[in-house]
Amino acid sequence: MKVLDIRKDGLEDIGKQGIGEVTITGCLGERYIGCGMKDGVLHVVGTPGNALASYLDGGTVYVDGNAQDAAADTMNAGLLAVKGSAGDALAYGMRGGRVYILGDAGYRAGVHMKAYEEKKSILVIGGRSGSFLGEYLAGGIIIVLGLGYEGRNITGYFCGNGMYAGTIYLRTDKTPPNLSDKLIRRSVDKKEKEDILRPIISDFASAFSIPAEKCLEGSFIAIEADKSKSYSQLYAAV
Amino acid sequence: MKREGEIRISSGCAISGIFCRDGRRISGEAIRKSIAVMHNRSNGLGGGFAAYGIYPQYRDYFALHIFYDSQEAREETERFLDKRFDIINLSKIPTRQIPAISDAPLIWRYFVSPLPHMLQDSQLDEDEYTSRSMIRINDSITGAYVVSCGKDMGVFKAVGYPEDVADFYRIEEYEGYSWTAHGRYPTNTPGWWAGSHPFSLLDLTVVHNGEISSYDANRRAVEMYGYSCNLLTDTEVITYILDYLTRKQGLTLKESSEVIAAPFWTTIAIKDEEERKRLSYLRKMFSSFLITGPFSILVGFSGGMMALNDRLKLRSLVAAEKGSTVYFSSEEAAIRVIEESPDRIRAPRGGEAVIVSLDKESRC
Repeated sequence: MKVLDIRKDGLEDIGKQGIGEVTITGCLGERYIGCGMKDGVLHVVGTPGNALASYLDGGTVYVDGNAQDAAADTMNAGLLAVKGSAGDALAYGMRGGRVYILGDAGYRAGVHMKAYEEKKSILVIGGRSGSFLGEYLAGGIIIVLGLGYEGRNITGYFCGNGMYAGTIYLRTDKTPPNLSDKLIRRSVDKKEKEDILRPIISDFASAFSIPAEKCLEGSFIAIEADKSKSYSQLYAAV
Repeated sequence: MKREGEIRISSGCAISGIFCRDGRRISGEAIRKSIAVMHNRSNGLGGGFAAYGIYPQYRDYFALHIFYDSQEAREETERFLDKRFDIINLSKIPTRQIPAISDAPLIWRYFVSPLPHMLQDSQLDEDEYTSRSMIRINDSITGAYVVSCGKDMGVFKAVGYPEDVADFYRIEEYEGYSWTAHGRYPTNTPGWWAGSHPFSLLDLTVVHNGEISSYDANRRAVEMYGYSCNLLTDTEVITYILDYLTRKQGLTLKESSEVIAAPFWTTIAIKDEEERKRLSYLRKMFSSFLITGPFSILVGFSGGMMALNDRLKLRSLVAAEKGSTVYFSSEEAAIRVIEESPDRIRAPRGGEAVIVSLDKESRC
């Protein structure tokens, strides 16, 4: 595996390394690391800048520390795994692939994530998220585990506001504060937990080498759009 | 010069702050290093620094930093000052000529105290006397701009990238216990010297990343109370609102933050009754001072600093601590560059004021 220092080698030269496994060290706010990466594995050491792994298109990006704002923006495929926390606007408009954050996520995580045919975006947050989680969600799955925040609010305000498809799973039995009346909150049964959550959460746990059982402990609730209440008149009378 | 709202230029900005709770005075080198990491958030049209604890030898005097467009403006201002203040020291602020900074105005510094008989006749306290005099200068002397006028503090700002502004003002030669910095990417107004951040009145300074959509409503409200917005930038109004709420209305900084970044009514509705009453009172009583639109601000004042986001958290803000030093910044990288392993690092929530102050034993 090649090890490169972003301060000496520069992001452009690192991009020319081609397929394979590369570690870049010394990151300090450099934007667009792993942007549009189609294949290969990138290990990031330090604090990468905004728009990390934006438009990620099949490659894998591991981050040792924290990510800043707008990570995985409009990501299409691949994996972004962050051992620390992520800033605001994580996985905005994500269309496919997996984003795993072991720590917390900032405001507006997973806004307008989508799914289409075989494409299904998956966002897992190990800690808690800020307000506006999954706002305008159009598809895909968001899971917030709230590890270390047991018994507390793990989503902030306005969770899932304006969402019309997809599912938000929360490892808690508390309904998020201010939940819109256009959303439904239901408990997750054993079958759904085994069939849908276990495979995703096991994969999440293995990415960080932590025990999956701990992440699956306790009850989950799901937030979904209430199909009987349409948004067609929210902004304009039809 | 076109006024706010008459010209649009597209967007960004960076802020950074360092506060030593133990009162330790550090050189400006650290804040320069921090703000420089976020070079790409600015576009060279403004940079600046506020520093506290830098004039211990003149601690009891108001330190005036003033820009002049001409010698005539300086002479007129000095005549004005002479009538109202005892000027105990005056000099040009030392600068370093560098190619990156050009078209500098005349930059002067005065240490003053109100003339006792004038102060007594005015029936005002010395803060009000001084702030009224400074607003008069900004408002009525063409080509004179008071950049800062607090005690034991000062603002250093210019058109340029913040790291160049630091070099221009020899910022590394000052030592303070509290520093804020701003890298500007002006959105609605042209970049000009007095329009760079920080904005200040007395010892209160504000650096701001964002854009206030309620600017004109806020300006009209604050101008009813004797303030005057002359510097063509939205941030100026935040400074006057905070001065009004804290110094004139006697609100705490936390209460002021609940006025300018008031929670939504839906959020207030789910609080317990006492909190609901308190928050509703603040929203109703001071409704004209609600600031809408994206902002993250750092407010400096004697002995403390406050970091605050708008209630939707539409701009980034990171806080960190290491021992007795507190750091705030638009990006985590700008903190890591000066403190590689903080004890704690976190992102304050929207509308959550983070307020730090000097430890008791280090207050003077």
